[in-house]
Amino acid sequence: MDIILGHYNYWLVIIIMMAGFYTVISRGNLVKKIVGLNIFQVSVFLLYISIGNVKEGAVPIIEKGVTLYSNPLPHVLILTAIVVGVATTALGLALVIRIKEAYGTIEEDDIHNQDQSL
Amino acid sequence: MGAAVKHNLILRVVSKFIIPLIFLFALYVQFHGDFGPGGGFQAGVIFSAAIILYALVFGVDSAKQVIPPYVLRLLASLGVLIYASTGIATLLLGGNYLEYGVLASSQVAGQHLGILVVELGVGITVMSVMLIMFFAFAERGRHEVNSEQDPE
Amino acid sequence: MIDNIVDITLLSLLAIHAIAIIRMRSLFAVIMLFGGFSFLSAGLFVVMDAADVAFTEAAVGAGISTVLMLATLALTYAPAEIDKKEKQPTHQPWLPLSVVFITGALLIYGTWDIPAFGDPDAPAQQHVAPYYLEKSIAETGVPNVVTAVLASYRGFDTLGEVTVIFTAGIAVLLLIGGRRRVKPQVEKSGGSSET
Repeated sequence: MDIILGHYNYWLVIIIMMAGFYTVISRGNLVKKIVGLNIFQVSVFLLYISIGNVKEGAVPIIEKGVTLYSNPLPHVLILTAIVVGVATTALGLALVIRIKEAYGTIEEDDIHNQDQSL
Repeated sequence: MGAAVKHNLILRVVSKFIIPLIFLFALYVQFHGDFGPGGGFQAGVIFSAAIILYALVFGVDSAKQVIPPYVLRLLASLGVLIYASTGIATLLLGGNYLEYGVLASSQVAGQHLGILVVELGVGITVMSVMLIMFFAFAERGRHEVNSEQDPE
Repeated sequence: MIDNIVDITLLSLLAIHAIAIIRMRSLFAVIMLFGGFSFLSAGLFVVMDAADVAFTEAAVGAGISTVLMLATLALTYAPAEIDKKEKQPTHQPWLPLSVVFITGALLIYGTWDIPAFGDPDAPAQQHVAPYYLEKSIAETGVPNVVTAVLASYRGFDTLGEVTVIFTAGIAVLLLIGGRRRVKPQVEKSGGSSET
């Protein structure tokens, strides 16, 4: 029971991560793949932040009278990761637009058929 | 036709109220990032959200008159330049690169000043890049008027 | 106890969103669900005491990402195809499902030894974090420890990140910066047309 109470959120986050992963590898629409990639990224952020969480800890802003704070280091790393993630998503969407203009479709199977690359 | 105009009217009046408040909130988040949650990234994104709201309600052309695209490109480079130049300024004043302590009379004051300037640079760059991306996506669908001629 | 219940509720809602995104075929609904997913995860960050991260995730994920995806949807589907549905999947799902299950099982096996959620004696809370928490007011005079670490202690990382954002802006300008020139409709054979 202790194991479940201490780890349930890691397991739920892994389920979300696998849902995003499945969307990326099994669906053919390019926009949906990018949405799945974003789901994967958000679940990784959740994993990191839950590692840094401290029970009964406060938000890491120094105040008088508070002794226990949550760990501020994962917050810093994830802040950078979120902003880099949105830059990558915007670039991926720009590539999807160019692919649509070049091939006329954004379904992966149609693109492969047009290219005869598989 | 009358119903469409009415709905547009509500949006325009409400957004004229809200957009200055969003700007104010973005400035608050930017400069109070030291004392509460906030900082450069959040402020830049909120600032660009205000202008995106303006573009959605009043049209992308009006938004381009508010902030022309060449100004956005200038601002994006300006933010990165501010950040890097803070480091060079500390180099010229005798410290290491990005050692903010030498910027002012005391160590703590120098750190505070350095953090403020650096977050300002981050906020300016993030705001301009988000707007650059939005305008690029919004403008792509407009076709050239004389597309029948042979493009190069 | 209340904390655990709130955590489990929010995480289950997130998992339901993710599975609904897999099953839905209308792309507009998928993007709207993604906006809701982003917002729920911002709420979860607040519950886990990460105020700055929640701020950024709500503004960036539910704001900018959703707007850009909607703009992409408007550009890649002609106004006539009102449903904007994804094509029926043609491959059998057994291979992706097995890969996903094996990876998930391995990951869950890996988390068996992680210290419990919220443990104050975990190794992640030693070594560097207490130093930042104690010394940040004395050395930088800034009460928000996350801003102090981001801008002062780890300033080089933030410089690199701003450069990455700038580069992404330039790259988007290079890819779709200009107006698209529409060729006259003579070539419909499978060749790729360039602008």
